[in-house]
Order: sequence, then structure tokens, then C-alpha cells
Amino acid sequence: MTLINVLIAGLVLGGTYALVAMGLTLQYGIARIMNLAYGETIIAAAFAAYLLQGALGVNPLLGMLLVLPGGFVFGYIVYGLMMRPLVARSQDRGNLEIDSILATFGLLFVIQGVMLVIFGSNYMSYSFLNVPVTILGANVAANRLLAFVLALTIGLTLYLLLTRTRWGTALRAVAVAPQNAPLVGIDVNRTARFAFALGGALAAAGGVVISMYQTFTATSGVVFTMKALIVVIMGGVGNLLGALSAGLILGLVETGVASYIDPGLTLAATYAIFLAILLWRPQGLFGGAGR
Amino acid sequence: MTARTAIGLVAALAALAILAAAPFFLGAYGVGLLIGLSGYVTLASAWALFSGPTRYVSLATVAFFGIGAYTMAVLSETLPYPLVLAVAALIGLAVALVVGLSTLRLAGVYFVIFTFGLAELVRQLVTWYEVNVTGTLGRYIFMSFGPETIYWQLLALAALTLGLSWWIGRSRLGLALRIIGDDEVVASHCGINIARVKLALFALSAVIMTLVGAIQAPRWTYIEPGIVFNPTVSFLTLIMALLGGANRLWGPVLGAVPLFLLFEWLSANFPNHYSIILGLLFIAIVFVLPKGVLDFVEKAWGRGSSRARNKPDEAGLGELEAGR
Amino acid sequence: MSALLEISGLTKRFGGLTAVDGVSLSLEAGETVGLLGPNGSGKTTVLNMISGYLPASSGAISLGGRRISGLPAHRIAHCGVARTFQLVRILPSMTVGENVAAALAFRRAPLHGAAAAGEARGFLARVGLAGRENEMAADLTYIDQKRVELARALASSPSLLLLDEWLAGLNPTELKVGIDLISDLGRDGLTIVLVEHVMDAIRALCGRCVVMNAGRKIADGATGEVLKDPEVVRAYLGESHA
Repeated sequence: MTLINVLIAGLVLGGTYALVAMGLTLQYGIARIMNLAYGETIIAAAFAAYLLQGALGVNPLLGMLLVLPGGFVFGYIVYGLMMRPLVARSQDRGNLEIDSILATFGLLFVIQGVMLVIFGSNYMSYSFLNVPVTILGANVAANRLLAFVLALTIGLTLYLLLTRTRWGTALRAVAVAPQNAPLVGIDVNRTARFAFALGGALAAAGGVVISMYQTFTATSGVVFTMKALIVVIMGGVGNLLGALSAGLILGLVETGVASYIDPGLTLAATYAIFLAILLWRPQGLFGGAGR
Repeated sequence: MTARTAIGLVAALAALAILAAAPFFLGAYGVGLLIGLSGYVTLASAWALFSGPTRYVSLATVAFFGIGAYTMAVLSETLPYPLVLAVAALIGLAVALVVGLSTLRLAGVYFVIFTFGLAELVRQLVTWYEVNVTGTLGRYIFMSFGPETIYWQLLALAALTLGLSWWIGRSRLGLALRIIGDDEVVASHCGINIARVKLALFALSAVIMTLVGAIQAPRWTYIEPGIVFNPTVSFLTLIMALLGGANRLWGPVLGAVPLFLLFEWLSANFPNHYSIILGLLFIAIVFVLPKGVLDFVEKAWGRGSSRARNKPDEAGLGELEAGR
Repeated sequence: MSALLEISGLTKRFGGLTAVDGVSLSLEAGETVGLLGPNGSGKTTVLNMISGYLPASSGAISLGGRRISGLPAHRIAHCGVARTFQLVRILPSMTVGENVAAALAFRRAPLHGAAAAGEARGFLARVGLAGRENEMAADLTYIDQKRVELARALASSPSLLLLDEWLAGLNPTELKVGIDLISDLGRDGLTIVLVEHVMDAIRALCGRCVVMNAGRKIADGATGEVLKDPEVVRAYLGESHA
């Protein structure tokens, strides 16, 4: 692979990671829920896109119009049914963190189990826009390019919404100081629920995007959760632009390792980055914005 | 006190003797159950050994379990059995030291996340090694001994683990753990090397988990990374130890026995919906404990002590908040 | 006689805030020195850096000629530094006796088991808690908890004792007992740094005082003269709640 190929492939992958991580950073940074079932939401959305494309012939772009709201509603319900009671009873953050980790760990098995029952454990993929496009002399599949454009569009839209609108300000206020937000008339519970649901929608978007150019199985959620978490921590918890940049960096590193060292060692490289970040800059690469 | 200890010891030895004799009265199915049971009792006790007093929730159980099982699969043809166990323990120790040295300084939540992904990392590294270095994925293990021998080894390991927990509870290390649990700052100002105490416990617990995997491996006959690095193992171990009481000597045993039987029954009767039921059950557990799992663990600690204790209200969360 | 504690250019920055700014200080063995200054002047931060609770941003601390800055807290404790905390820190799930035994078990010359219990009773008697080793530390009054904390500090057999407002909140009778106790400790050869706002205690206990303001050392000398120093007076009166 030429350098330009690696760079483009890395940015495409990184765009997806960034998209997915933005959802998790909303859930963890604003709603304060460490959601270990996050990757399962992504994979569920990928299966949904697969079904829509394969069974109904709906192309993934249109499918997204269905799956994205689906992810939102799912997040909304999960927060209301599972997380809200945990938040209500926890006196402090430590308790909530452990409870939410354990509860979503259970949820992980439920979602994964349902997918295994329906789809089995085979690798899935479908063909969509699998035609080469030439950019800067490098051949890129159109579906990957589309995935990248989608990831950036959704990510930047979200960023603008959060920084330029009133409820965006409310979300950020809750992220920074949940105990003070009620003083200025912000309903923390509703905001957290909304953020969690929005995170679900982003996970769903990520799932559809992933399904357009990658194979996936019912059990590949864990890896996506891990990668999203790593990007979130790297970018600084609750920091959207941080997640965007960190996602791109991770994508580039993974593609670089896969192309120049060994594809089997990408996860190891990811972990090395994770550890390095945790040890040297646990507040994230880009300072503590959002906290 | 000494009399009570003696009576307890005699009772424990008697129970051990009965359990050791059990294979002579049970069929193959019974022995299979006992293997699984003693395996999980050991895993849960080893988990509690570290996570109980330090309050670090580790999801890395299956990483070590799998390392043990895989070491057995790779080396069983070339090395004598006891040596394979020793090598497995050493590998487990080395991995635990690397992971512990780099992650035990972190806040609790980052530790959870890291251990959550550790099994996946080890699985991919093993896969990579098999594909690139040995060129085979999946291995057969043939052993000259039968399932009874596996069971006796696991039983011995379980007894050893419980004995260790008991001994640590009354040693200087146990005192250090109680002080750390109360107040880490005071602990370090008293001269306790907190990082080393945590690392020692993490390593000890990891080595035991590795040995469980190594001893149990021949039960499968055929092994591949996807089988031995199954995250369900971490999950079951965690909930057994938590429900039984991670801070009591017999807590993990009390949690492991009924839950293991329940899970056996579930997997026999609902093989396809097993993980769904498991997940739902776990969610239910988190909800049933009214003040949260952590609070439950702390309460269990209070009850488990030989002395009447006040509940350490503010002490418990220092760990999780540290470093935030 | 050489200095026991030698501090040079000690600095602590928290982000943009410089809490301690280039403080240098030298303590003879056996001295009892008062460390004064308005709230927020950096006194406790200095203690925190000596005991290893916080790492210094720059500067050096050595004890008996050995550099201790940069060492973790437990190593510094083994070098002979013990302290009490401004907000008392006892081990709440343990008895009074166990609180003291905790220090005995992990000091440089560790003592564990039955011998430790006897030793712990001795330290408790010294701080006025004789016969109360089986009570739960969490059930004691605030003052008695401070005593437990002091007994624990003494049990680690320190050469340097750091007391962070240990006399604050005592009633006049307790204050007198407390001053006598610290004075006894000093007579026994212990080197003591006393962060304190109780001026009577400073005058009674410390031949020498160091005053800090806004992170800097502004005075260092004989107590009587330091307390008359116009800059010290200004630092205190300029602070609304001094």
C-alpha cells in the first residue's frame, strides 16, 4: 500500500471511530453512564442496516433515517428503564459508576444473546457502492468514502448543535457541573436522558456506517466499545472535538500498524496507545474541556 | 478463639475429605459438575482475594484463565505436566505484573475498562501468534489421566486458595489491606507501600486463575482462542463473588455453588437463550441490591469481620474517586 | 550540629496557581518550629510536600542529609517523618488500639501481634487515652480522635513530627494539656513543625517561627521578634479571617 492509500484508509476508519466515540462521550461525559453495552448497540444497528438492505432492498442511506431514530428511542428507553433508577439511588459518582458498569455488562449479554439467536455467529456483510473511486492517485471504495463523509457530517452537525444552540449549552453545563445546572433552570435528569439517547443514535449511525464497508458478527461489539472508550479517554471525557481528533488518530495508527507491521497486531497497538494515554495524560490529549 | 479455629479447621478438612471421595460415588456427569463447580469456586475466591479488599472490579478473569488453558494446550505434548503448570503460572504472573504495574495506579473506572478489554487483547495476540508463528489455530489436548484427576487438582487448588485467603486475613498483609480500605492516605503515611500490596494481591489472584485454566483445559480436548477466552467466565466469576460476599472468606463459595448449578441448569435447558437469561439475571441483581452493588459489598465486609464494626461510610469510595 | 531538615527552593504549582513559591528552610534536630501564616498561605502544602502527600513542583527536601523529595509517602515515613492532618484522619473501621498498631506494623522496625498491642497501649497512655484501646475510633469525640492520630504518628517512631493545627478547636483546659504534651515530646528530642493559629501555643512551644504569606516565606527567626515584624502583622491583618 502506498502512503496515500494508508492515510486515506486510516482517515476513513478514524472517521467511523470518531463518530462512534462521540456517542459514548455524550453518554459517559454528560449522562455519567459508563455503558459497556455500547458496542452491542452499534452491532445491532449494523444488523438492522443489513436486514433493510438485504431483505427489503432499502439502501443504507435511507436505512439510516430509520435506524438512527431507532437508536435514539432505544437509548431513551434504556436510560429511563435501567439507568434512571440507578442514578436516583446513587449518592455519589463512584457508586453509580460501578452499578452502571455492572448493569450494562448484563445488557451486553442480553443484546448479544438476542443477536446470536436471530443471526447466529457468522460474519455478515453486504455489498453497497462497492466501486472504486480515485482520490489523489489512490483507489478508495466509494462506500468507505461515503462512510467518511457521513461520519464527518454527523459529527460536525452535532458539534455545531452543542456549541451554538440553547440545549447544547444545557448539555455542556450538565457535563461540567451537574450539581449546579439546576440552579440555572436546567432539568439534569431530562438532559442526561436526552444525552444518553443521543449517544444511542450516534451508536446506531456508527453501526450503519460500519456495515457499509466492514464485516461484523454478533460478538464483535466488545471491540467497538473498547475502541470507542479509548478514543473518548484520549480525547478527554465529554470533549466532542477531542473525540473527533482522537478517533482520526486511532484510525491512522491502526491502519498504519496493519499496513506496515502486521494486521494481527492492530488491537495490541490500540491498547498500547490506551495505556500510554492513561499513564501520561489521563485527562486526555486535548486538555479537560467539557469537565 | 483458638478452639474455634481448630473446630473450623477440622470441619473444613472433613468437608474436603468428603468432596475428595465424591467421584467414587458419582457418575461421569457428577464428576463433570464437580469440576465446573470447583473451578468456579476457585475463580470466585481468587477474584475476591484481590477485588474484595481493594474494591477494584476486575473483568480480567478470563484473560488469565485463557492464558492458563492455552499454555496447557501448547505445551502439554512437549513438557511434563507439572512443568506445564509451572510455566502457565509464570506466564500468568508475568502478565499480571505488567498489567498491574501499569493499571493499578489508575482510578477504578479505568481499571475496569482496561481489564474488560484485556481478554480480547490476549485472545487476539494468541491468535496472531498461532497464525503467524505456529501456523495452527486450534489444538487438541490428550491427557493420560481422567476427569477425576482434574477434579482433585481443582479441589486442591480451591482448598489452597481458601487457605491463602484465611492466612492473609490474619497476616500483616491483611492488616495492610484493611488500612488501605479505610484510608489510603493514612496507609501510605504509616509506611505501607500501597502499590506493592495491590500488585502482590493482583498477581496472586491472577496466578490462581491461570492455574484453574491450565488444570481445566484437558476437559475440552479441543481448544481454540474463542473457546478459552469466553467473556462469560469473567462475568460469572464476578457475580458469584459479589453475590456471595467478596469480603468474606466463604462468601465466594456461597455465591459460586448455587449460581453455578443454576447456570448449568440454564445452559442445559435453554442453550440458545443462555446469555440472554444470564444478562437479565445480572441486571436484576444490580437492581435488587437496593443501595447498589458497592454498598452491598461493603455491608458484607462489615458482617464478615470477627469484630463488631461500624460501617465505614466515607472510606469506601476513596479508591474510585482517586485520580479523577 | 547539622540540620535535620533542609528545604531549598521548594515550589508547588497547581495549574496557574503557585501555592508555595521558593521556600527555603533549615531545621536543627530537636527544634520545635512554628509555621504561621494566614489561611491559604501555603503552610499545609509545605507539610504535604515534606510528608510526600503531594509531589513538589521544584526544589529539594532532605532529612538528615538524605534527599526525600520525590520519594513516595511510605518511603518518607520510613525515613522518619510522621504527621497529623488538619482534618483528622483516623481509620474508622478499626479500634483505637488498631489505629496505633497500624503504624507499628509498617514502620521501619515493624512490630506485629501481641508485642504491638502492649506498645500501642503505651502510646495511647502518652496522649491521654489510657485504657481506651478497645473502643471504635469512629465513636470517639473529635478531640480524642486527634489524640489517636497523634499516638499513631508517634508509634511510627519519627525523628520529625509535623502537626497540622493539632491544637485547633481545643478548650482552654485541653489546650493546656495539649501544649504540655507537645512540649514533652520536644524535650524528648523530637523535632517538631507546628502549623498553628493558636498564638499562645506558638509562644509557649516555639523558640523559632517561620511565617508564610501567599506562598512565600516572609519571616524566619526568634518567635518574639517575628511576631512583631511589621510585614507579618500586615500579612495577618490584611487577611479578613486571620
